[in-house]
Amino acid sequence: MRIDVNTFVGRYPFRKFPGGSPQSLSEAMDRNGIDRAWISNLSAVFWKDPTEGNSVIYLAAVQHSRLRPVPAVHPGLPNREAVLSEAVRRKAPCVRADPSFYGVDPSGSEMRWLTKACASAGLPLLLAVRLEDGRQRHPNDRSAELTPANLRELVRSDPKVRLLVTHADRECIEQVHFGSTPEEAARILWDICWIWGPPEDHLALLLDTVGVQRFTFGTGMPLRIPENSLAKLDLLDIAPHDRKRIEGGNLEKWAS
Amino acid sequence: MTLIDVHAHFHYPGGARADWAERNASRLAAGKRIGITCHVASILGSWGRRSPTYFPSPDDVVAGNDAMLAIMREHPGLVQGYACVNPNYTNHALGEIDRCLAAGMIGIKLAASRRADDPLLDPVCAAAERAGVPILHHIWQHRRKDWPGQEASDAVELVTLARRHPKVAFILAHIGGGGDWLHSLHAARPASNVYVDLSGSGVDTGMLESCLDAVGAGRMLWGADITMETGWAKLRHLENLISPEELERIRWKNAASIFPSQLPSSPAP
Repeated sequence: MRIDVNTFVGRYPFRKFPGGSPQSLSEAMDRNGIDRAWISNLSAVFWKDPTEGNSVIYLAAVQHSRLRPVPAVHPGLPNREAVLSEAVRRKAPCVRADPSFYGVDPSGSEMRWLTKACASAGLPLLLAVRLEDGRQRHPNDRSAELTPANLRELVRSDPKVRLLVTHADRECIEQVHFGSTPEEAARILWDICWIWGPPEDHLALLLDTVGVQRFTFGTGMPLRIPENSLAKLDLLDIAPHDRKRIEGGNLEKWAS
Repeated sequence: MTLIDVHAHFHYPGGARADWAERNASRLAAGKRIGITCHVASILGSWGRRSPTYFPSPDDVVAGNDAMLAIMREHPGLVQGYACVNPNYTNHALGEIDRCLAAGMIGIKLAASRRADDPLLDPVCAAAERAGVPILHHIWQHRRKDWPGQEASDAVELVTLARRHPKVAFILAHIGGGGDWLHSLHAARPASNVYVDLSGSGVDTGMLESCLDAVGAGRMLWGADITMETGWAKLRHLENLISPEELERIRWKNAASIFPSQLPSSPAP
């Protein structure tokens, strides 16, 4: 079972790209042997109320049984508790927040409220370090990337919160993992989409130093081509059972 | 099947990295898995150890090129080389081009020691024309400012240089290597002697489609640079976009048409 935790439907305000519909996502999954995908609403990341995009992904998940909804929660809005309750009621596997894009302090009181609420509800919280390479962002896209310090503060903010972090590179992962206690680090799962393969071999190194159990499959499509995450797995010297853990086993165990 | 990586790098003991041998071995091993039949590579001076990577001293240029030649000799046919030069030292650069091409290198690498449209690059281009070799030029896709550590050029500046030297093939480096690739493609579209190298860590959806639209399969060259998985991913993605014949052009035929004849057109043994 190959599960992609890092996919979107919708558009991106800063550049044009092919795809963006649940149907095109489903076709890309077929081309790349991806069985299931967790979907977020890309357009809504940039809205004043990103939770207005949740209905689209709930509907997509109803219409496409392989898709699971990752609704957004804006911790600075008065509807935050209702949105979280709806996510629980609709059996979302996790919720997401993009504090930099919302204009919220990434490790401030509102986000700390969210980590506690997620922990209390038993829902993991998905956080993206970035959506696009900082070197190519639109001049008006000035939202800060999540820092290792932000992530360390959030994982420490509640002893039960679980974080699913996407689009993180080697440096970020190492600074969070080794800057956390083993108990804290065990509550974080990292997607592999932004980690380099050979000849730098960052992914191989992290699997060795941080541990296979801390990583899961993600692509970042449709902003990024999904073949990238598959190619980096194909370039690893890794036991088949460890590859299966990255492709879905770790996620299922961690999310249960 | 032949696959030529037009943008590769190797390391050596005189460079800045203690893990140089591991990185070289990893490149070759990954290349074997991907099916790369020829790595066309360069070494940029001492990689910052004794002089800046993008402003290598003449001594470091020589040391790096010597190391590159040694790697070529170690892997005949599988590894080919670009002569890396610093155009601020004109006579040294021209001498180094002559020396390295005579020793078997098949192209010239210009990084970011001098802006691409600067007249100081003209003698280097004239040497490339005389020798019939392409120039791989490091590019920042839409340079909006000066970036630290390099005098980077963007596609507009490279195209200005290419117009002055219409008989030289220029390789616009790593379209996925950071910056606004669409800006580069707009600039490169009308410049028939500018080829787009697909390498770089960027794997944006739409980038390959835009390359096809701007320069067509006839001016795209496959490469990986320092992230080989992104190179392989782009190759896989292209398989869904274009015909096998067009893919062959990107995999190796375009490269074979701009490099001298010693570039292999069949798989390495």
